[in-house]
Amino acid sequence: MPILMTPLAVTAYTATSAMGSGLAAQLDALEHARSGLRPNDISSAPLACWVGRVDGVEDVVLPAALGAWDCRNNRLAWLGLNQDGFLERVHAARTRYGADRVALLLGTSTASIGATEEAYRRLDADGGFADDMLRPAIHAPHSLAAFVAAALELAGPCLTVSTACSSSAKVFASAERMIRLGLVDAAVVGGVDTLCDSVLFGFNALELVSPEPCRPFDAARNGISIGEAAGFALLERIEAAADAPRLLGYGEASDAHHMSTPHPDGLGAELALNDALARAGLDAARVDYINLHGTASQKNDEVEAALVGRVFPVRTRASSTKGFTGHTLGAAGIVEATIALQAIEHGLVPGNLGGDTPDPICGAHFAWRNERQRVDVALSNSFGFGGNNACLAFARAGFAA
Amino acid sequence: MSMLRVHVEGVGLWSPQLADFAALRALLAGATPPAPSPRPAAATLPPNERRRAPESVLLAVEAAGQAVAMSGRDAAALACVFASAHGDQAITDYMCATLARSPAELSPTRFHNSVHNAAVGYWTIATGCHAPSTAICAQRASFGAALLEAASQALAEQRAVLLVCSDTTGSGPLAEVTGCAQAFGCALVLAPQASSASLGRLDLQLGTAPTDTSLPEPLQGWRAGNPSAASLPLLALLAGAGGHCELPVAATLGLRIDMENVA
Repeated sequence: MPILMTPLAVTAYTATSAMGSGLAAQLDALEHARSGLRPNDISSAPLACWVGRVDGVEDVVLPAALGAWDCRNNRLAWLGLNQDGFLERVHAARTRYGADRVALLLGTSTASIGATEEAYRRLDADGGFADDMLRPAIHAPHSLAAFVAAALELAGPCLTVSTACSSSAKVFASAERMIRLGLVDAAVVGGVDTLCDSVLFGFNALELVSPEPCRPFDAARNGISIGEAAGFALLERIEAAADAPRLLGYGEASDAHHMSTPHPDGLGAELALNDALARAGLDAARVDYINLHGTASQKNDEVEAALVGRVFPVRTRASSTKGFTGHTLGAAGIVEATIALQAIEHGLVPGNLGGDTPDPICGAHFAWRNERQRVDVALSNSFGFGGNNACLAFARAGFAA
Repeated sequence: MSMLRVHVEGVGLWSPQLADFAALRALLAGATPPAPSPRPAAATLPPNERRRAPESVLLAVEAAGQAVAMSGRDAAALACVFASAHGDQAITDYMCATLARSPAELSPTRFHNSVHNAAVGYWTIATGCHAPSTAICAQRASFGAALLEAASQALAEQRAVLLVCSDTTGSGPLAEVTGCAQAFGCALVLAPQASSASLGRLDLQLGTAPTDTSLPEPLQGWRAGNPSAASLPLLALLAGAGGHCELPVAATLGLRIDMENVA
């Protein structure tokens, strides 16, 4: 059994996705049930599907000193870092604690593989990378975290978590352990993934991509829509910010079942949920809202709806927000963490966009339309290929379990 | 700065020259250990998975299996931290080449094997492990960052952790930018408490410059040819009489390791 966790303060957070850049745009899209999905206009060859593309990534210019890191994923990272005053908040933490006392832990599924794809599309006559693509650092999965470390001028522990679609949820767990052990005083966590051929054609090859906008938990759902996003949060001890929302707990577990389909009984997902509740010292009945993984794949939604039904009372509201953003893969954990935090801050349970004909497996927990209510405790589920499961628990400032 | 103290209970190792940790010990003692077969056996995987699994998975599972066997622990109970600077380079090369030529022909199996956590996914499936598992990277600091992550988890959660760090040989045009000349995989089982299974005690201290401890040849060359072989200074200490070494843990941060033999 995990020990009860001392909560951490989430002293800053931000998200940029197909809903828009920054928290105000995200809240506006949620409040108006406005999806950011559009017909696919980004793959290098046609593919009939919908995508959650972020506007303006192509126009982002990195600071000159960071020019060697240029690629779509790092441009999206830079766009995301520049929202909601996040850069300034990190700068203040760096000044307060020292650059080597702030960890940087980021999740990504494919990092800047899009740049490697581009290098292969225009190889030299001799079969090698073109000169402008001979930048080893962007062709490695650590590209994102190494770029952000340079951009934020952080000099503490820095690592990339790449566990597919649970990546940027798991970074909260690593950060909590490092802060608890006194290795650092604060941590920047988050994640970025960008649309690229690998994921569009890869998920298409697995027959997991819908030709229409995704419909999580709908009876007629027929697959995912892939999106891109950047999100970040700053974690500190609660003594540093008593009025900030809190990370109450986290859970991590493995299905030990299959590489690309979830355990049929949701075993790993339930272990991760129970781990998070135990660390947070919470009964399931204290949870006001769960942002579900809800990808709109047949299997995920079936397993996850059953889990909600067997663990929570119906006062616990549940929804997937993938209908707004698409599945942002390695960035889904952080984006949905920020939605859970906004649910607490604004008393908004976002409706499960796209679920127009609810699957009968879904209980009365599901918020099919927006609901206004006080949210003290919100969870976020993130599950990845390889049977990798994570669950995060957040609460409003001052909440005591 | 806090010090982390963990206990090593098992060591696994595989490269084209070294079949296991005993082979490294023999090499450092002046012997010439026999080279292993060209493909890691990865006996922990069921035979059908072993046939289908990509080389990156075989390499990681081989090192992991050796370390867990040495520790005597039940693999199903170990939290897992698997690291690789580059993931499966043969699959990345295949995917990028296929996407450039005919994207609709992309293999679904190769795609789901392309995730960075493929090796730890296969490992948890093969061992029935429901414990937390992660897959990380940090370029040439991948082993140091993984050691810090695994030691943090061992101490914060008071549980034994399996640490694996492996990289395969570079493939195709990608090889020019990854610079992996040959495969290298290693694994440690770390525990928060000393026990009869302890081989050595590690005291980890953050804060030094990210320097590489010098190594004798051929270890120095092997380290230059594979980011996971950045672990060799620590593996050499474990194979010898103890002492200290320094490993990069991030671009601008190093880890000092003081190792004391208890076996």
